[in-house]
Amino acid sequence: MSLVTQSYPKTSWRRFKSSAFRVSTLAALLFVIAPALWLVLGVVVRAVPHWQWSVLTTLSQGTSGGLENALVGTLVIMGGVLVLAGSVGVLAGIHLAELAHVRKNGRPSGTIFRLAIDVLSGFPSIVLGYVGYVALCVGLHWGFSLLPALLILSMMVVPYIAKSTESALRQVPTNYREGAEALGMPVGYALRKVVLKSALPGIVTGLLIALAVAGGETAPLLYTAGATNSLPSFALLHHPVAYLTYYVWTDYNQPTAEAHVVSYDAALILVVMVLTLLVVSRVIVTRTQRHSESYR
Amino acid sequence: MASENDNAMSRSRSSMTFARRGTPPRRANARRRHREDQLWRVSARVASFLPFAGLIFVIVVLALKAWPAAQVNGPSFLTSSSWLPGNTYGAVVHTHGVAHPAGSAYGAWPLIAGTLETSGIALIIALPISIGTAFALTERLPRSIAQPISFFVEILAGIPSVIIGLWGVLQLGPFLAAHVYPLVANHVPNVPVLRYFRGPTGYGEGLLTSGLILGLMIVPIIASTTRDLFQQVPALPKEGAEALGFTDAEVARQVTIPWVRSGIIGATVLGLGRALGETIAVAMVSGSILGHVSSNIYGTMTTIAATIVSQLDSAATDGTGFAISTLAEAGLLLTVISVIVNLAARSIVRRSSAMSAPVGRS
Repeated sequence: MSLVTQSYPKTSWRRFKSSAFRVSTLAALLFVIAPALWLVLGVVVRAVPHWQWSVLTTLSQGTSGGLENALVGTLVIMGGVLVLAGSVGVLAGIHLAELAHVRKNGRPSGTIFRLAIDVLSGFPSIVLGYVGYVALCVGLHWGFSLLPALLILSMMVVPYIAKSTESALRQVPTNYREGAEALGMPVGYALRKVVLKSALPGIVTGLLIALAVAGGETAPLLYTAGATNSLPSFALLHHPVAYLTYYVWTDYNQPTAEAHVVSYDAALILVVMVLTLLVVSRVIVTRTQRHSESYR
Repeated sequence: MASENDNAMSRSRSSMTFARRGTPPRRANARRRHREDQLWRVSARVASFLPFAGLIFVIVVLALKAWPAAQVNGPSFLTSSSWLPGNTYGAVVHTHGVAHPAGSAYGAWPLIAGTLETSGIALIIALPISIGTAFALTERLPRSIAQPISFFVEILAGIPSVIIGLWGVLQLGPFLAAHVYPLVANHVPNVPVLRYFRGPTGYGEGLLTSGLILGLMIVPIIASTTRDLFQQVPALPKEGAEALGFTDAEVARQVTIPWVRSGIIGATVLGLGRALGETIAVAMVSGSILGHVSSNIYGTMTTIAATIVSQLDSAATDGTGFAISTLAEAGLLLTVISVIVNLAARSIVRRSSAMSAPVGRS
């Protein structure tokens, strides 16, 4: 009898370990929540007392003035990324989820494209920015301008969009496709009318998250979009574009108080913009989850 | 015909939709149908080829740019600590046929060490905190509290790194340097590993602050994935373990975590990849000091990514292009490290998910 009981640790010790575990999980949660709240509130609290709405309608003068050019520039960049990366990413996701067939040798086609997307999603953003600067801005004489910025940012976010599109399409029940096929629908027609329609919320969520990433990115833009204090000209080449993150990055360590205000103002606009996008994407997810048919 | 269809289809809501709304194209439209199929196929194939082409383009450009620097800097680039641009207005010297300013000497050891150290600190901090958070969210807290908190944690992953850097350098760093670091530095015993925590604590820009910032940035990635994984662990094995007399901690350690181990490893390595490549936040809080490895954990330092972003401007003033080329070599190094980490993660996940599947797992 005693042999059996001796081989186990004491109950009081186990009970102590269990309570220690419970306390430490809550402590871990606190270690995440407290700095995160401090981060968001810290930016808001430092920005709001000096906030003036005229910031949105005046041009920047570098370390002082408004942020109209940067705000418009960021929106232009986000729009461009939505068009470029959105179309490429969604189509790539469709290819990976729906159209890539199993080859005769038993391996799925599109493996190399999937690998490329995986590698690209872990690619350091500054290296992409460096290549954009060296190859596009300098090598092709495009100068700091919109097109290299869009190309580099798109390379960053296409993996996100492709992966979220692929997983959204994979969640569409197979019955839908089989039903469409049984009705004699061609693949493309069924894709457009049935499959994409029910995968749309997932795809839109991926696009919104990609937009939030594009709007908040700094490193790949610094050496591709350049910097300017005037409004974006919508020319694709040879005209630099302003963007919000640039002013956060350059003005925070300037000596004047005005520059700090500009830096925090840009940060506040960014936080509001990005959080809005993320909250909207989240709302879409929860709403569709609530209304989705729960079968399978 | 239509009523017959309706009867057959009324079982599923979606098929009703087809019957009502969509009239599938008739056979007469065969050519048009075929054209639409072709259009989808071709455009999807082209689109999935584009990221691949872009990746090849980036790697080729990087390799071509790095080659001259690699020839001159040699293998000691990995071990040397000097970062001297040389006299960019002086004589141009040729080594192995590559032009570079006289006196230029580059070594990436401090950058490599800084990258690995900051990412290591971030992982050491983020992994236990993330697992603890995931447990708190799935098992400890009621749903009504856990849901908003996990939403908040997910959103944290989307906060731009430049804003985290701004907060880190102007608010977190000074606070830690004033109140926390001196306390630690003065009370840690002078023994081999902990000695690293002694010495001057600086002004809040440096190795430990960068590691903490990176940890905060990767916690959401690891924590939200781990939470999703824990929710997928079925209740029966956990209840069985509890019925056998396991405590909460034992259920967690012996049932829940082993069940999803491969997923946790995957999420962790994903976070590691982000930490290795993170640029702006580290450039803001690291102090960006080139040319030496910090002697204690508070010292200023730099990483590969932060060096590229902070040095590219001045590198462009090197008329021979050698400084730019050296940055390409550093970038290639960073790329190789991150890609290896990514691919290793995939193989670990594949192997461990094949091995660690407990009995009864569907």
